[in-house]
Amino acid sequence: MNPIPEVLRLVIYLTCLILFAALNAAYLVWVERKGAGHIQRRIGPKEVGPFGLLQPLADGIKLMTKQLFLPAGVDPVLFKVAPILLLVPAVMSFVTIPFSETLVARDINLGLLMIFAFASVNVLGVLIGGWASNNKYAVISAARAVSQNVAYEIPMLITVITMVMVTQTMNLNEIVMQQPNIFKWYVFRFTASPLMPVAFLIFFICSLAETNRAPFDLAEAESELIAGAYTEYPGMGFGVFFMGEYANIVIGCAVTTILFLGGWQCPFGLAPGWWWFLAKLYLLIWTVVWIRWTYPRVQFYALLNLSWKVLIPISLVNLLLTGAMIKVF
Amino acid sequence: MNSLFSADGLTGLVFLGTIATTVVGAIIATNSVRLIRAVVGLAICFIGVAALYYFLNSPFVALMEMLIYVGAVCVTIAFAIMLAEPHPEKQVGKNNALAGVASLSVGAMLFWGLTVLARNTNWKAAVSVANDGSMREVGKSLLTTYSMVFELISVVLLVAIIGALVLARQGREKA
Repeated sequence: MNPIPEVLRLVIYLTCLILFAALNAAYLVWVERKGAGHIQRRIGPKEVGPFGLLQPLADGIKLMTKQLFLPAGVDPVLFKVAPILLLVPAVMSFVTIPFSETLVARDINLGLLMIFAFASVNVLGVLIGGWASNNKYAVISAARAVSQNVAYEIPMLITVITMVMVTQTMNLNEIVMQQPNIFKWYVFRFTASPLMPVAFLIFFICSLAETNRAPFDLAEAESELIAGAYTEYPGMGFGVFFMGEYANIVIGCAVTTILFLGGWQCPFGLAPGWWWFLAKLYLLIWTVVWIRWTYPRVQFYALLNLSWKVLIPISLVNLLLTGAMIKVF
Repeated sequence: MNSLFSADGLTGLVFLGTIATTVVGAIIATNSVRLIRAVVGLAICFIGVAALYYFLNSPFVALMEMLIYVGAVCVTIAFAIMLAEPHPEKQVGKNNALAGVASLSVGAMLFWGLTVLARNTNWKAAVSVANDGSMREVGKSLLTTYSMVFELISVVLLVAIIGALVLARQGREKA
C-alpha cells in the first residue's frame, strides 16, 4: 500500500516542479549576469546581498509591483494568454524528467515524445505574444522565432529518431539506465554510430536555437528589435515570459543530459543519484551562458543556412549510418 | 452512484473538463471575428481532442496530436495569417441572421440523428485488443498491414511539397 495517495503525490510533485522552474529562472538570471560580468572583466551584480545573491529577489519584487497595463491597440485576450502558453508547456515537460531513479513525477513510457510534443507548443506563445502586441518589432520577432523554430526542429527530431533507434525506448528512465558509466554514455557509444559526438553537438546546437539563446537569439536581438516579442510586456507579463524561457533552457539541457550524458548515473559507477543529474545539468546550463557571452549573434540568413544546409544533411547521414549499423551488427 | 471524490468521480470530472475544452475551443474557433483568435481556439480544441485520445488509452496518438496539430498545424496557420492579413480588424463577411438559425437547426438534426444511431445500435464488444497502441506496434502495422496507405500518404506529401516549391518559384521570377 502506498504511504501517500497518488493524487497527493502528484500535487506535491507539481508544486515542487513549479517552484524548481521559478527558482531556476530567478537564479539563472543571476548566474547569467554574474557570468557576463566576469567574462567581460566586470564584477556583475554585487550591491544586493553577499555577491549580489539577493538581486533576483529585488528583481522579482520590482516586476511584481509594476502595473500590468495594456498598451493601446493590443489584443487584450491574446496579450494575456501568450505568456501562459509559453510557460505551461515547459512546466508540463518537467513532469516526466527523471531527476533520479525514483524521483520522477510521472514515469511514462513515451517520456521523450511527450517532452517534444509540449516543447513544440511554446513557439505558439512567442508567435501570439508578438502578434497581439501590435508592434512592428514584435511582429518581426515573432516571424523570426517561427522560421527559426521550424528550421531547427527538423534536425533535432531527426537526431531524436536516431537516438530512439539506438535506445529502443522512449522511457527516459530506461534510457538513463542503459548508460551506467562514462564509456557507455551515448556521446561515446561508437559501436552504435561513429557519429555519436556529432549527434550530441547537433542536438545541443538545436536546443540552443529552439530556446532562442545566443548566438541564435534573433527573436529578441536587442540591438535591432528592442526586446522582440516581449517589447510591449510590462511587469510580470515579461517576468512570466522570462520564466518560460529559462524553464525551456533547463528542459533542453536536462534532455541533453539524459540522452547523451547518462542522466543521474555517475561517470564512474559510484553512488548514482539526483546530485549527478543536477551537476551535469548545471554544467550544461553554464555552457549555454558561456556560449552566449562568447559568440556574437549570427545573421539571420546564416542561421537558416546552418540548419538547412549543414545540420539537416549531417543528421540525415547519421540516421542512415545508425540504421545501417543496427542492421549489420 | 459514485461519490464525486472517489477515483471514478474524479475521472468523470476530468473527462467532462476535456469535453468542455474541446467544445469551447471549437466555438471560439468558429465564432471569433479575428482570425488569429480563431487559431488559438483551434489550438485549445486540439488540446481537448488530445486529452480525449489519452482517455481512450492511446497516449501515443494523444502526444502526436499535440506535436503535429498544436505544434505544427496551428503554428503554420498562425504564421500564414500573420503574413497574409494586414488588418486584423477587417470583417470577413456580414453575419446573416438566417444563417445562424439554419446552421443551428442542421447541427441539431445531425446531433439528434447521431444520438439515435448510437443508442439504437447493438454495439459489440471487441473480441480482442488489436494491439496495445504502443509505438512499436504502431510502427509494425504501419510498415506491414498499412504499408500501402503509408506510401500513398508520403507520395501525397511529396506532391504537396513540390507544388509549393513550384508556386514559390513562379512568384520569385515575376518579382
